[in-house]
Amino acid sequence: MGRLRLISRDFGNPQARKLEYYRAHGGYQAALKALDEMAPKRITEEVIKSNLRGLGGAGFPVGRKWSFVPSDTGKPIYLVVNADEGEPGTFKDRYIMEWDPHRLLEGMIICARAVGIHTAYIYIRGEYVHPERILREAIEEAYREGILGSRVLGRDFALDVHMHVGAGAYICGEETGLLESLEGKKGWPRLKPPFPAVVGAFGCPTVINNVESLTYLPHIVTHGGEWFANLGSERNGGLRLFSLSGDVKRPGVYELPMGTPLRELIYDCGGGIAGDKKLKAVIPGGSSAAVLTADEIDVPLDFDHLARIGSMLGSAGIVVMAEDVCMVEAMRVISHFYAHESCGQCTPCREGTGWVARTMDAILAGRAPRRSVEDLLQIADNMSGTSICALCDGAAMPLRSFLLKFRNEFDQRLERRLSSTDRERRLERRVSRADWEGRLERRVSRADQERRLPSRATPPPPPTAPKPQDGSDPIR
Amino acid sequence: MSFEFTRERRERLESLLKIYPTRRAALLPALHLVQEQLGYVSPEGQEHVARILGLPVIDVHEVLTFYTLYRTRPMGRRHIRLCTSISCWIRGCRGVQKYLEEKLEVASGGTTADGEYSWEAVQQCMGACELAPMMQVGDDYHGPLDRAEVDRILDGEKSQERNGRLEIAPPDRIPDGETSREEA
Repeated sequence: MGRLRLISRDFGNPQARKLEYYRAHGGYQAALKALDEMAPKRITEEVIKSNLRGLGGAGFPVGRKWSFVPSDTGKPIYLVVNADEGEPGTFKDRYIMEWDPHRLLEGMIICARAVGIHTAYIYIRGEYVHPERILREAIEEAYREGILGSRVLGRDFALDVHMHVGAGAYICGEETGLLESLEGKKGWPRLKPPFPAVVGAFGCPTVINNVESLTYLPHIVTHGGEWFANLGSERNGGLRLFSLSGDVKRPGVYELPMGTPLRELIYDCGGGIAGDKKLKAVIPGGSSAAVLTADEIDVPLDFDHLARIGSMLGSAGIVVMAEDVCMVEAMRVISHFYAHESCGQCTPCREGTGWVARTMDAILAGRAPRRSVEDLLQIADNMSGTSICALCDGAAMPLRSFLLKFRNEFDQRLERRLSSTDRERRLERRVSRADWEGRLERRVSRADQERRLPSRATPPPPPTAPKPQDGSDPIR
Repeated sequence: MSFEFTRERRERLESLLKIYPTRRAALLPALHLVQEQLGYVSPEGQEHVARILGLPVIDVHEVLTFYTLYRTRPMGRRHIRLCTSISCWIRGCRGVQKYLEEKLEVASGGTTADGEYSWEAVQQCMGACELAPMMQVGDDYHGPLDRAEVDRILDGEKSQERNGRLEIAPPDRIPDGETSREEA
């Protein structure tokens, strides 16, 4: 296919990792242009013109982010590369680091030149052992050849690049959690403002950009911001990498223009649904995005269009679910992820994510009261916009969308299970069989407890519901 | 059991201290070094790191226990991390999870009797959803998994050491057949 590929062209080609290959194919020419021909201000202007958005997930315009950095504080300015890719369903940055590490380094040089940065850290997640090794080799190569160090590409500009390896925490992908982690602390996100552009790493002004955002910079410098902007859709410049996974025939990373319809990605690139089943749902931007139904897949994939239909493009991790996926089970898997990864700093998130996960367990174990869907919706409301970082909203958004768009599945679960396990009705039944004795005992002790409660008819509310002990497989 | 870095690791830590403006920033890499040397981070290791970095031990412990990749007790010679996040779940990680339990005869979080393997089912997406269902054995990513693939990886490895070959599917690969999907 004659599809334009800017940064994914060399994915799968082990030669492309080598500096020699990269230079032979025009590598580091953009960095030279940025150093020799462009004033720092002009680079930033081009990037603003390019409509390059933050591709880690927030979608904040990259050039504008740079323009917030004050240059007159007398403090050093840092570049921190967010390579802590962790949004469920996302794996594009891994491909960049594994197959095209020098393009990332070149992008870092361009950013450093534009903002006046001389020290950069790449914060990479601890699980990415191989990408880390490849990146380290590329950095060493670059130092050996005088591309990094005290004289970048022989010019009067210094840039040191260091690797910092994380240790397994989703929250460290949040930019201020990442900074805390870089400083040797637990990854608790910081209150903003001050934003990292002003007070970032080690109390100094800091630019934090995602791997992919930086990797597009060489193309923007070479061909100009306008060229890049025209490749994409309105206010969403250029191309981006989509991580496609789940029930598709050809999962993988695909580079497509912003604004490409989701249908095209799933059916043309992904080859359709695995096993030629019917499509049921799609998560369009990592698990923190609201789920889309099969009817909604004609949406153009860019930040603004997805926001308009109440979801988000986020990290462009696209997870496809076929007709036989149980949405209640899927929601449980997602809810346990957030309960596990909530850092515990803000109460609505710490309590909310745990509460949701326990309620999902209860629904699937048939222990949940009939009003559980309403409870969950209320919890989702209380979790929205009430915490320091976006993790909490990221947990509430899929929850609300699952409940509203697939409500019938939740209701079916609640009714089916309730009819077979409804405690009140069982109590009325005469129980004589031996295998019921155990349950009877349990019921008696529970009845003892309930004697202390004012209303016997109300089932226990979800927050105090015990963990399932009845062989329903808890995730851990 | 007292702990001290080997000379080589001590030197690596010293060079790490130079790349950060504060000593504390070297804490995460320092704990990685302890784990590399010992296989886990012992209380003595924490004290040693605290001394070098000039931190209270409790600060080191706080950081250590916040992150999931640090192990605070000895584990198997090779550690398996099975991803159970959304994409891997859709592609049938529960089946693999059950098979691992069966095959290694130990529940998630445990170590095999011969000390060869320890394994855990992890909640955090490992960023390899195109390989779903996938797992990480030692440093390497493997997938898509089914019973035969798990056998091949685990039994093959015992006899023959793999030297960190990249396990990446190019973007256009087609997964082999369907893996078991958990019925609701």
